[in-house]
Amino acid sequence: MAHQSAEVDFRTRLQNWIPKLVLSPSLAAVLVFVYGFILFTLYLSFTNSKMLPSYDWVGFENYRKLWGLSHWWTAITNLAIFATLYIVICTAIGLTLAILLDQKIRGEGMLRPIYLYPMALSFIVTGTAWKWFLDPGIGLENTMHLWGWESFEFGWIKDRNMAIYTIVIAAVWQTSGFVMAMFLAGLRGIDNEILKAAQIDGASNWNLYRRIVIPLLRPAFLSAFVILSHLAIKSYDLVIALTGGGPGRATELPATFMYSYTFSRNLMGVGASSAVIMLMTIAAIMTPYLYAELREKP
Amino acid sequence: MSAATQETAIRTGRIARTFIYVVLLVFALFYLLPFFVMLVNSVKPLSEITEGNMMALPKELTFAPWASAWSTAQIGVEPTGLRPYFLNSLFMVVPAVLICTALGALNGYVLTKWRFRGDTLLFGLMLFSCFIPFQIVLIPMARMLGIMGLAGSTAGLVLVHVVYGIGFSTLYFRNYYSAFPTELVRAAMIDGAGFFQIFWRIMVPVSGPITVVCVIWLFTNIWNDFLFGASFASGSKAPMTVALNNLVQSSTGVKEYNVHFAGAILAALPTLLVYIVAGRYFVRGLMAGSVKG
Amino acid sequence: MGFLDISNVTKSYGNTEVLHHVDISVEEGEFLVLVGPSGCGKSTLLNMIAGLESITSGDVSIKGRVVNGVHPSKRNIAMVFQSYALYPNMTVGQNMTFGLEMHGVPKPERDKALADVAALLQITPLLDRKPGQLSGGQRQRVAMGRALVRNPDVFLFDEPLSNLDAKLRVDMRTEIKKLHEKLKTTIVYVTHDQIEAMTLSTRIAVMYNGYVQQLGTPKEIYDTPTNLFVAGFMGSPSMNLLPVEVAMIDGAPHAVTTDADGAPLHLRLHQQNLSEWAGRKIILGIRPEAITDPEGADRASSCIIPMTNRVSVTEPAGSDTFATMTLAGQDSIARMRADASVGPGEMFEFAINMEKAVAFDPETERRIVP
Ligand SMILES: Nc1ncnc2c1ncn2[C@@H]1O[C@H](COP(=O)(O)OP(=O)(O)O)[C@@H](O)[C@H]1O
Ligand SMILES: [Mg+2]
Repeated sequence: MAHQSAEVDFRTRLQNWIPKLVLSPSLAAVLVFVYGFILFTLYLSFTNSKMLPSYDWVGFENYRKLWGLSHWWTAITNLAIFATLYIVICTAIGLTLAILLDQKIRGEGMLRPIYLYPMALSFIVTGTAWKWFLDPGIGLENTMHLWGWESFEFGWIKDRNMAIYTIVIAAVWQTSGFVMAMFLAGLRGIDNEILKAAQIDGASNWNLYRRIVIPLLRPAFLSAFVILSHLAIKSYDLVIALTGGGPGRATELPATFMYSYTFSRNLMGVGASSAVIMLMTIAAIMTPYLYAELREKP
Repeated sequence: MSAATQETAIRTGRIARTFIYVVLLVFALFYLLPFFVMLVNSVKPLSEITEGNMMALPKELTFAPWASAWSTAQIGVEPTGLRPYFLNSLFMVVPAVLICTALGALNGYVLTKWRFRGDTLLFGLMLFSCFIPFQIVLIPMARMLGIMGLAGSTAGLVLVHVVYGIGFSTLYFRNYYSAFPTELVRAAMIDGAGFFQIFWRIMVPVSGPITVVCVIWLFTNIWNDFLFGASFASGSKAPMTVALNNLVQSSTGVKEYNVHFAGAILAALPTLLVYIVAGRYFVRGLMAGSVKG
Repeated sequence: MGFLDISNVTKSYGNTEVLHHVDISVEEGEFLVLVGPSGCGKSTLLNMIAGLESITSGDVSIKGRVVNGVHPSKRNIAMVFQSYALYPNMTVGQNMTFGLEMHGVPKPERDKALADVAALLQITPLLDRKPGQLSGGQRQRVAMGRALVRNPDVFLFDEPLSNLDAKLRVDMRTEIKKLHEKLKTTIVYVTHDQIEAMTLSTRIAVMYNGYVQQLGTPKEIYDTPTNLFVAGFMGSPSMNLLPVEVAMIDGAPHAVTTDADGAPLHLRLHQQNLSEWAGRKIILGIRPEAITDPEGADRASSCIIPMTNRVSVTEPAGSDTFATMTLAGQDSIARMRADASVGPGEMFEFAINMEKAVAFDPETERRIVP
């Protein structure tokens, strides 16, 4: 490298730095506003912060308190019910619709946008629509009564034990079309020659899907699972708009729990610890996924 | 990626096909019904809703609920209607989308065409930031906005949305540019073009489709956001979603369902419009954010 | 000191060295071809000359100026890429003058240069089209035009013909050769195709595993390959490489081996110093065209040896007929005239031109120099 230092001209050296300079504002923003803030919240979760952040270290006190709260247990039980049903039903509906739509359907161009449009709406709008649609007083129940089905009852949204399922219904309504689109893309990517070969081998349609197509959709299943589980854990707006966490605490989720403990009940330390637990749950799902995605395309 | 690339080779019989059509139509009804209910009831007088059938078409067509939702309904304490909040959202979403897209394009360009040691790790850090539960940043963000003097302002919301949107816009452009031949950049270097000249003259002119995808995605996400709006900009600076929620949840007075429905449609209108006009790009954006590249 | 000097250049990615101590000196007006199998480091070397890859150690100098670390645009070079790398959003004309524009050349001069080069390459009617509207051959021309407009000191080509179909490839090859003869520019040209290397170059550097195996004129490379790799890589069908033992018969060195039926075969070796190898093994390299039917043998040769052997397969290729036989236990190929009458399974009398045979040391794999 004898000549290098003498010969490298200014422009070349500048060109080596510009890319990094251009990237640095974004990077700095992410480091401060994401990772810095995560550390800050993590720190708060070990302090006795109430209405305002305080810096008195209390160790795992907040976490102990958190796991002792019946309110928190309600929230995570609800999350478990909600996430499981949401993921399973969305995947089932999405896969079914995708397979059916893939049968050279006339009017596919009309149906696809209809299935997908809820994804363009805000959860607040979705919540508002379903809130009144499921309201026994003016909604579906009332309509059925007026149509002559007197015994029809559908008051889940007012029922402590059933309200969480209304959240599932609205959430599935919003996202299942998107899952359908993901599976449809997967189906359209399958090489038709494989299907033709299997048909020549005498496979029935049922076996064709069960033995060949669905196994080939593995990547789409994985993506759907990752996206849906992360949406489930982050669900906040929908609950606020649909039930406000009620009746009582019947539809509290960790996201609403965190918000109310931090900002309404002024127990910031406990709120922070619940946020940390949410982050860890999502990180456990996302990190391996992102790692695999980034490693495959070097 | 999203649109039909090839038709399936699978064949189905007549009875099966009839069944398929029935199922597909039932689902279409399921997706359309709530919106149909909103639309129909937003043009009925209140009495017709409370006494009548939610599914029935209006006997008396009225646009008063729309007018009320837009300009006179009680939001919080002020009878301003949703109009000022609609404008708040607009002033928030436009700059946020522009800044975020521009940064995403530059980042994607650097991360694919000017690679350096550790760049994938940096990108991974940015990408992970899209998926964090935002609860984890609410407390420090509120303080930070306070310190910066941006608490409760539209500018503050713009900052928040830019910061948490960069990951996705970078992802879009990075994936798009990585399919763009590096030889072109090398040819331009030999031709004497510098970093920004290559970006402007070579990369930007071919970035049309991905820019549309990115803009639509950001627009939809930021317009529909509730959490940040509710946390950092309540009161007169609140965005549309927060105002709609206030309108619907307000416990005082009679519940004007028709006004709520009109308001909900107003809040949904911009994103729905985008969806109708550029649905193809919308779907592509959704997919790019989830399925492989 | 040549026009373009590559002295002791090494390239490492992390801890792996992919180019080892490369030394090549190119004279002005020379057409140097870097040839070798994929992954041997040709593109890396070319990119280092262009300034697109950094140099780990050693020097590259152009016209006596060391250019290590100098920006690609300031080396006065032009490059034609395998994918042509035409800017998709610009017209052909804009593509070709982009470099001049970036170098601040005024518009009238750019237009003049463009018109000249377009006329030379006969692409004037294409100037307003976009690259997407051109055929492969036309794109190739535009890519060359873009390089020519700059009037650089050195042209660099990275497999410029490998994306064309076979027929077009041959035409463009001729055209590049004509262009070089007309313009007398200095060219460094990368290819993995040994025929391209032979036909185009004034000199060839055969590369393998990050080493330059041999540097020489096409004739040197073809007739006196320096080692077994070069012998096997250059030429198609490739050279027959036969493991044989050297024995002295009547005071002259002979290669002792077996024919297709396992009968002993003695081939008189032309190279006298092989007597030193008596009783040892060598690898004897004989090109297919040195094994022919007697009528097709080279009359000028002083060492034509007859050999009778059983033919296993014949492949008429139009201009020639190739006959495969077993020699020294290996499938070997002879190149006969098209109308040589020979069929599979038949015994046939071949004529071997031993003057053209080369011998290699099986241990070092290097040629035994006469
Ligand atoms: N960016 C890189 N990082 C690591 N190894 C590389 C890189 N680029 C090329 N190589 C390695 O260097 C060797 C030479 O590559 P290249 O010059 O492209 O070969 P060729 O053009 O002869 O086919 C290959 O083994 C390749 O794997
Ligand atoms: Mg190469």
